[in-house]
Amino acid sequence: MVEVELDGKKVEVPPGSMVMHAAEKAGVFVPHFCYHKKLSIAANCRMCLVDVEKAPKPMPACATPVTQGMVVRTKSDKAIKAQQSVMEFLLINHPLDCPICDQGGECQLQDLAMGYGASTSRYEEEKRVVAPKDIGPLISMEEMSRCIHCTRCVRFGQEIAGVMELGMSHRGEHSEIETFLGGTVDSELSGNMIDLCPVGALTSKPFRYSARTWEMSRRKSISPHDSTGSNLVIQVKNHQVLRVLPLENEAVNECWIADRDRFSYEALSGTDRLTQPMLKQGGEWVSVDWSTALEYVANGLNEVRAEHGANAIGALVSPHSTVEELYLAGALVRGLGSQSIDSRLRYAEFASPRSKARWLGRSIASLSTLDRVLVIGSNLRKEHPLFAQRIRQAAKRGAKVCTVRSAVTDWAMPINTDIQANFSDWVGTLLGIASAVARIKGVKPLVDAFPSALAEQLANAMISGGDKAILLGNAVAHHEKAETITYICNWLSEQIGATVGFLGEAANTVGAQLVHALPRQGGSSAKDMLSGKSKALLLVNAEPGLDTLGGAESVAGVSKARMVVTLSPFKTNLGCSDVLLPVSPFTETAGSFVNAEARLQSFHAVIRPLGETRPAWKVLRALGEMLNIPGFTQNSVEEVLSAALPGASAGSCISPDLLSNEAEFPADWSEATIEPHVASMYQLDGLVRRSASLQATVDAKRFDEGVNA
Amino acid sequence: MSVNAVLQQFASSGVETCFHGRHINPQIYADLNGSNWSLSAYEQRGGYQALRKILGMDGGQGLTQDEVIATVKESGLRGRGGAGFPTGLKWSFMPRQFPGQKYLVCNSDEGEPGTCKDRDILMFNPHIVIEGMAIAAYAMGISTGYNYIHGEIFQVYERFEAALEEARAAGYLGQAIMGSSFSFQLHAHHGFGAYICGEETSLLESLEGKKGQPRFKPPFPASFGLYGKPTTINNTETFAAVPWIIRHGGLAYLECGKPNNGGTKIFSVSGDVERPGNYEIPLGTPFSALLDLAGGVSGGRKLKAVIPGGSSSPVLPAHVIMDCTMDYDSISKAGSMLGSGAVIVMDETRCMVESLKRLSYFYMHESCGQCTPCREGTGWLWRLVDRIHRGEGRETDMQLLDNVAESIMGRTICALGDAAAMPVRAMVKHFRPEFEAMIQSAQQAVAV
Repeated sequence: MVEVELDGKKVEVPPGSMVMHAAEKAGVFVPHFCYHKKLSIAANCRMCLVDVEKAPKPMPACATPVTQGMVVRTKSDKAIKAQQSVMEFLLINHPLDCPICDQGGECQLQDLAMGYGASTSRYEEEKRVVAPKDIGPLISMEEMSRCIHCTRCVRFGQEIAGVMELGMSHRGEHSEIETFLGGTVDSELSGNMIDLCPVGALTSKPFRYSARTWEMSRRKSISPHDSTGSNLVIQVKNHQVLRVLPLENEAVNECWIADRDRFSYEALSGTDRLTQPMLKQGGEWVSVDWSTALEYVANGLNEVRAEHGANAIGALVSPHSTVEELYLAGALVRGLGSQSIDSRLRYAEFASPRSKARWLGRSIASLSTLDRVLVIGSNLRKEHPLFAQRIRQAAKRGAKVCTVRSAVTDWAMPINTDIQANFSDWVGTLLGIASAVARIKGVKPLVDAFPSALAEQLANAMISGGDKAILLGNAVAHHEKAETITYICNWLSEQIGATVGFLGEAANTVGAQLVHALPRQGGSSAKDMLSGKSKALLLVNAEPGLDTLGGAESVAGVSKARMVVTLSPFKTNLGCSDVLLPVSPFTETAGSFVNAEARLQSFHAVIRPLGETRPAWKVLRALGEMLNIPGFTQNSVEEVLSAALPGASAGSCISPDLLSNEAEFPADWSEATIEPHVASMYQLDGLVRRSASLQATVDAKRFDEGVNA
Repeated sequence: MSVNAVLQQFASSGVETCFHGRHINPQIYADLNGSNWSLSAYEQRGGYQALRKILGMDGGQGLTQDEVIATVKESGLRGRGGAGFPTGLKWSFMPRQFPGQKYLVCNSDEGEPGTCKDRDILMFNPHIVIEGMAIAAYAMGISTGYNYIHGEIFQVYERFEAALEEARAAGYLGQAIMGSSFSFQLHAHHGFGAYICGEETSLLESLEGKKGQPRFKPPFPASFGLYGKPTTINNTETFAAVPWIIRHGGLAYLECGKPNNGGTKIFSVSGDVERPGNYEIPLGTPFSALLDLAGGVSGGRKLKAVIPGGSSSPVLPAHVIMDCTMDYDSISKAGSMLGSGAVIVMDETRCMVESLKRLSYFYMHESCGQCTPCREGTGWLWRLVDRIHRGEGRETDMQLLDNVAESIMGRTICALGDAAAMPVRAMVKHFRPEFEAMIQSAQQAVAV
């Protein structure tokens, strides 16, 4: 450790630290713009100049390494004078249009100008004007005259997103941030640049001019999209969500969120929100009150049970639903005597019920420090933007990234070995890798298979190195031979000393398994229910036409049921449903998600439910009570959670005793014939599908053109 | 452009370059006539003997790496690019035992207004640079070198490439040079004319194919240079001085100049003199002698001021510079810098406001825009001087001008900020009345 004296306080920091780190440790704020803890050091804003004893000039705190016994003064005359002069330079060409600037009130330049700026300007010449740019539907670059050239956005692209989409062109005072050649910024993490921009140069296009930061409440929440479980700050005004920002959680999302976490909120106040319970009568939808609707549903369920038996009643629950919703849907169906509940809507294989849940197999944070990683059946970057970001950091430190996948997509990171194989050949390809590993290790192979040269290369890469993971993507989870693939990967992991894990499709894929939102003996699987086996169906946040392997066939299958009840925030399933019950999206209900690493994260409602919308857990509980099912007496979401996951505590990870990625020895090694169904990034769930801005992105358009982004 | 065309161009503009015979004890420019640049002519002048000597090719023992560095240290050779850092000391910073790739870079990105010495060295005596670099590479155990040549002197780049071809063919470059165990590959690279690429870390960025922007130091190039590898960067003239030092010994070189200021230095004399051109003279030569070599102030007018070391060095009024000798210490003591040795002479008819306006425009134009004080400050300086020159100056402008310059100085990533600020502060210091007179006459004009 190196001891430094900072403004009279002695602090110890590790060797190689910068003065800025010492200042952070000493609790001293050094003004800065270009410095950001997650980005490389640029030292270009010069705002953090401090007085270092024995140095003739003021030194930038962000880029000056500490030395033993260094004496730093951040508030001496020399330091303050330097900081004030830098602030003056920053402001001479800045438009000072704070009253009409979206960043007003949350602007680092505005804040620091209060402390270091003069009240009047000595610069009376014409100010620089920088042309606006259109870089896509998410980020506004309308007011680039505000830019202070800190290059945080440029470095974010280069270092975090992995794609340098913005750069600084030209020279001197003509320098400007742009995409060159008029391109757009298409990164799936692009919204973070808005947060990083210390001024109002990069602003959120969907949010622009809708509110001032101080008018909005800041409420914590959890992202309902992918299995990261990103922590969010949701900004709310007049019971409307106006903006979503990351809430820093180093163990989960660090300080980033993906664009779908950030911009999906647009769907919440879209026009196709369902605000009244509705019944289909004579082919026409009629708005009814809740008691009418619930009575109708209860009667319908009772009739179906009486006529077709309890197992004819089924529930398809989206894995984007909360733990509480999944648990109560299961309890309801089982209370009626059925085992037909499933959340594996896109799956092709429905193995016998397991008591333990499949998960990532390691912590999310540990992805950043992997030495070797084999990703199978995933478009990692678009399906798990933040996991990809962590693995990108690992790759930057020298980790070898290997993959087996059906299509080449750009992951914006170096790939060591890239095996392209059609989904139907994955079992064979992995057996080839297994025999290559067996040969190197001198053990008996699973099956005598001939490894390709690439399989040899991959085996060699994965055998070396320290911390290793085999990560199975959504296309493996949804694969017809998912069990076989998992079995082979488990065998591989034992040979090479890696963890095996599922990346997990949805916010609550792990949670759904933990509360057994899966059919037990005698029940119908999602496949059966979607092919017309059920007579009464509850669709909780599920849209059979979009969320299932069958698509249109699923809609036809569902339509065969006597009664279909859709619980959704949106007017959806209009053709196949008989009842629509408006239930809360994640912003209007309390609930919990269990993310890929099995971390249970609970959240509260951030706004009140829209119109007659009610939280789904309350609707299910009311229904259970009406059907006289025992145990439906919970008065709070916390009570539901403790019934669903006894002993689990929010914020922590579920006991590893409940988790396992084991697979049974396969009956045969035959190949698959059904192409796995993987949602395109902006078709993942009902919210992202209905966000106008996300749908205007290049990634969404690629899907429209038939390319699986 | 052919060599003859270049020569004709010089001749027609009245500028003599470096083969005018009015040098004093020249080493680099000795015996040049404009056409004897080739390998055979260089060898006749004693070329490549220093390289042969250190490699022990002519019957001698050869010199060890330490001996070469010790000789250069003894010579008192200081960096000719502007900073005047002792070359031997710089070479000794290079981690010689470093196991990986190391690089040697020659900074021929001569862009400082007034400076044209390296251009002539590379054009008319290119092999002396190649030999100097080979010796340096030997001393530091470097196997690869680059010569980064300014983009606006393309014919010089072509000449250097031709010389490289000759040297490779003759075995002075490449694998196992002259049968020794020493190998050195040297490549030429031309920039595109950005002044900032003369800053060493910016040059490295440019050489790597990136935008030419200075890096923050530390780390210094000696530990993290080209492609992140240990790198030594010297100016063209510095390398050109090395063969003479090896052949004649460090002491002889030191004695040629004055203590702490060894050897000869090339001065590019321009401005209001009768015979502008490059003059190689021993360090420590009185300024008046240099002015005489250049034919004195043009038209017999009175000397007003001299910018002694390129446009970024502070201007010195006539009475100060006339008492100076041309060496690092004397000029530094007088409050300026020897810099790159570009002596810009200004006679009594020169308007200092206009001169400063031109200089400030240059720095505004060449600022890379990376760090705040330089990006914003250089433009502000120019606008202030321009305002005064347009007759719209205000009484507070002198104070403001000095203050803005002071705010830039010492607060930027590289020295360009200082380079822009220093001329301003010196002009304000030495010629304040001239500025004030212009402001006052403007005020009176407004009043009328």
